Amino acid sequence: MTPERDHVALRPEQATIPPGHAWNRIPVIAAVFALVGIAASAILGTANPKQFFFSWLVSFLFFLSLALGALFFVLIQYAAQGGWGIVLRRIGETTFAMLPVMAVLFLPLLLGLHDLYEWSHAEAVAEDPLLQWKAPYLNVPFFLIRAALFFTIWSFIAVLYYRGSRGQDATGDPGISARLRRFAGPAIIVLALTQTFASVDWIMSLTPHWYSTMFGVYFFAGSFVGFIALLSVVAAAMRRAGLLDTVISPEHLHDVGKLLFAFTVFWTYIAFSQFFLIWYANLPEETTWYRARMEGSWMTVSLFLMAGHFAAPFFYLMGRTVKRNGATLAVGGAWLLAMHYLDLYWQVMPTLHPEGLRVSVLDVAAFVAVGGCFVAAASWLMRRQALVPLRDPRLAESLAFENA
Amino acid sequence: MALLVPELPKGPHYGILAEFATPADLYHACQRVRDAGFTRWDAHSPFPVHGLETAMGLRRSPLPWIVLGMGLTGAALGFVLQWWVHASAQPLVISGKPYFAWPAMIPVTFELGVLFAALGAVFGMLALNRLPMHNHPLFRSKVFERVTDDAFFISIESWDPRFDPSATGKLLESLGARSVELLESE
Repeated sequence: MTPERDHVALRPEQATIPPGHAWNRIPVIAAVFALVGIAASAILGTANPKQFFFSWLVSFLFFLSLALGALFFVLIQYAAQGGWGIVLRRIGETTFAMLPVMAVLFLPLLLGLHDLYEWSHAEAVAEDPLLQWKAPYLNVPFFLIRAALFFTIWSFIAVLYYRGSRGQDATGDPGISARLRRFAGPAIIVLALTQTFASVDWIMSLTPHWYSTMFGVYFFAGSFVGFIALLSVVAAAMRRAGLLDTVISPEHLHDVGKLLFAFTVFWTYIAFSQFFLIWYANLPEETTWYRARMEGSWMTVSLFLMAGHFAAPFFYLMGRTVKRNGATLAVGGAWLLAMHYLDLYWQVMPTLHPEGLRVSVLDVAAFVAVGGCFVAAASWLMRRQALVPLRDPRLAESLAFENA
Repeated sequence: MALLVPELPKGPHYGILAEFATPADLYHACQRVRDAGFTRWDAHSPFPVHGLETAMGLRRSPLPWIVLGMGLTGAALGFVLQWWVHASAQPLVISGKPYFAWPAMIPVTFELGVLFAALGAVFGMLALNRLPMHNHPLFRSKVFERVTDDAFFISIESWDPRFDPSATGKLLESLGARSVELLESE
């Protein structure tokens, strides 16, 4: 081994959760929440299975999209050989390491395919020429095969990158970074395709007569905003908790804030473009989806999304000071996480409640259940690992990073 | 046009020009000049030196506010123009849409916002830098020609309250300047 390989820019004790730190208790607390959520979902869900499956789908999609956004965040940094974000990469890696967990959390939905998806009913398909025409794609066996394929591919990429990065902590081998970089380009393409088809399968096919060719990008845009929002909250919370407070600097927060700002605008651009073309062309087979969301209380939610997912964060995150301060950045991140949940809720729920917004206690129960599992598993991983990739060849560059 | 003419000094000298060999020398010299309390001075380099604005103690530029103001003005103008044309001055039914069909107005609103913001950025930058400026007293220096090649400079102007032809020159020499030149005023 050469001396360069042995060079460690950070000592491991600077980048781990110390024994006795309050964050060591997060896995247990989150697991308690998860159990309460699962118990509440099970008890309340037996009385109202349809509501349970829709509520679970929204929460599942929310946490899944965060993990997929994290995977994209890490892959583009490898592909572009990015240096600034190395100190934040382990947060991303921990988040996408939850993809196998999300595969388990997907399983309850299999019990509710008939409650969720109109095309899964043979008698509905028999009366409907359009569903018959779509049946070669929208049928239960192929749907299950695709879902298995998505989770296999995502878990494969996630495990490859997670283990590669952890392995480098142990060996310091810079060749790992080079190998993962070569794989990153193809992995991004595979991720884009699987994520697109997953959004078509799980969200768009809720209204099987409707289609939008932009829907995959729309789901991606939301997922990336969601992960960057999560990243800003976690990074700021870590600094406040005295973890990595000498490692993650206002310079890193500033760049996270810029990404959050930029992808809020990107989400708006995609969301508006999808709406605008459909609204302007005014073709009946395309307008049904928006019509359901432009009536009654769903219209209020639509307008609230415009204000809350775009206008408010756009002006809030514009200034430099807001992005460089952990507390103000985390407020923006937490707000956008809530808006991302609302966005998914708005995509899914009008299928169940076309008459208007009907908030259910099962929404809360499912969120606590899925979120509890997600946070418990992620925080359990965080206890067992360094919080930054300790021997990444670009760690020193990231530590010294400054915005121009 | 006041903007086109540099503010010329009243005294016999334009100021002092000091040449430094490396970006690091320039960076450290800037910190010392800043700490000595000079206000009318500048640093010149063939390429951007990271962090030099902090070393020079520059205040943040007001340009972002100009860009924001121009962007909002452009967006408002674009929206109001379309509202006035389509919903007020000449109402026409276009592809079955209402007169005030606001989604159709978003693209132009957005584009005019971007256009005005971009124009504000370019012309605001030019105005704040007093550009275009067709000549500058620094160009009388022969060594200054290398500012676009391989040399790094600090120039201190004579109307800085702390300027003194000999003391300021000595200060720059003590900061490691390769050459110090007193530039005459016309």
